[in-house]
Amino acid sequence: MSAPLLVLDDLRKSFGGLRATDGLSLDVRPGELHALIGPNGAGKSTAIGQITGEIRPDSGRIRFDGAEITHLSAARRARRGMVRSFQVVQLLEEASAEDHLALAVQARQGHSFRFWRAARRDRGLREPARALLDRFGLDPARRGLPASALSAGERKQVELALALALRPRLLLLDEPMAGLGAGESQAMTETLRRLKGEVAILLVEHDMEAVFALADRVSVLVRGRCIASGAPEAIRADPAVRAAYLGEGEEA
Amino acid sequence: MRERLVALAALLAALALPWIAEAAGSPASIGLATRMAIYALAAASLNLALGFGGMVSFGHAAFYGIGGYAVGILYAHWSWQEPLLGLIPGSVSLAATLLAAMAAGGVAAAAIGALSLRTGGVSFIMITLAFAQMVFFLFVSLKAYGGDDGLSIRRRGELPGLDLRDPAQLYWLCLGLLLAWLLLLRRVTRARFGQVLSAARQNERRVVALGISPYPYRLVAFILSGMGTALAGALMANATRFVSTDMLHWTKSGELMVMVILGGAGTLMGPVLGAVALVGLEYGLAGLTEHWQFILGPLLVLVVIFARGGLMAALRRLRLA
Repeated sequence: MSAPLLVLDDLRKSFGGLRATDGLSLDVRPGELHALIGPNGAGKSTAIGQITGEIRPDSGRIRFDGAEITHLSAARRARRGMVRSFQVVQLLEEASAEDHLALAVQARQGHSFRFWRAARRDRGLREPARALLDRFGLDPARRGLPASALSAGERKQVELALALALRPRLLLLDEPMAGLGAGESQAMTETLRRLKGEVAILLVEHDMEAVFALADRVSVLVRGRCIASGAPEAIRADPAVRAAYLGEGEEA
Repeated sequence: MRERLVALAALLAALALPWIAEAAGSPASIGLATRMAIYALAAASLNLALGFGGMVSFGHAAFYGIGGYAVGILYAHWSWQEPLLGLIPGSVSLAATLLAAMAAGGVAAAAIGALSLRTGGVSFIMITLAFAQMVFFLFVSLKAYGGDDGLSIRRRGELPGLDLRDPAQLYWLCLGLLLAWLLLLRRVTRARFGQVLSAARQNERRVVALGISPYPYRLVAFILSGMGTALAGALMANATRFVSTDMLHWTKSGELMVMVILGGAGTLMGPVLGAVALVGLEYGLAGLTEHWQFILGPLLVLVVIFARGGLMAALRRLRLA
């Protein structure tokens, strides 16, 4: 088995008296789709925050691709290939889809201390941006609209395209199904299925149907720690998981 | 097309202004236009930080005043024939004093920006104000350079082929530098640098998630902004042949902010319109009554309420209608 891409080692984080992360250990292997589930208040957001670098853990270590990144800034983690999406989509509201992708291409090409040439006429930015939008099938008529005019589904699409434009090694998807209708949710599941294997994915999700349809492995977070980790079938059968999480939800 | 024609007509009118003023028998209005151009340069510079970068600086009077004092202090040492700190010779060379002013403004902006940009929102507003107040009180206490009384400059900057005692030539110099600075700003904001700066204003988390740390980009924009504002201060010192701590007063920071917001933050020409409008209104209203601020205040409130996006947005709506 290949060495894991991402390793969380005994992460701890408290807010006042609340232990939001309480000895969390977890790993994601290259190419796998690893789902992180847990009931509300289990500490999923705090865990994501520490992985992406927005929240500093009190103790514990995070390793990515063999190097320790516990104290690296969020921007540096992204540059190393750990790219995230947001639960509530984060876009530049005045910019079009194509502008967004052009900015991602620009970020991938290195620093932006270039003061003279007009970026909007730079074919080295606009052409790859258009190619990426073609790949994601965003309606060409909507590519010039400001992000604020796009539908929830389109906004998710743009954000995912942005993440992939950076050519990530690990994708952190924070509830990609949240806020989507049934049809859009189905489409997102299909998109993720196509991505599977191309890039390692850590999927934090509420939608159990999607999780069990997609995941190679599932980890269950309860009160800030991982109580079980394994194949979807094993997790579904695990009595501790059923008690803590699936107990009332017979749909799983 | 029509937009270009309007811009061209405005440019020609601005260039021909001294002749028009002479012909109309009001040469004093050249001085007024000079003030407008200088404030437009300062406001356009502040706009790079405030409008494009989203850095609401309430301390740009510091850079404006530092630019003015750079000219004043170099003149003072030139007239005393005694180098500044025993090292830097005084000067009345226009090129040298303007460059020195920009350098001083840039260094001050680097220091103030490096610390202030670690905060955001209201803290950023307050900390830039605090730094500007420190600079203000520093110059109040520097008795060698006049302290509260300020410093007279008995000789305008000298450049072969240019006579700044002629109001028209001084005006053209200010107008030329304003145009050059606007062209530079246009380039910078449209280049990759400007894209990152604008993106960081719209959504910092998004930019960080793309692997870009906004801090160095913001700092460079803040430094450029400080340099342009200092250049404006240096020109004002040449125009009034006097510098004082009034240039550093916090109300000056507020005035520049009003110009940017009145004209339209985040647009290239907005601050220019704002500066022309505010300086013009002050002048016009002051001629009517000594309580001109009583009229100006409500007028500004109305513009901010009814013309969201400032005069630029109002003009655009007029054109569409």
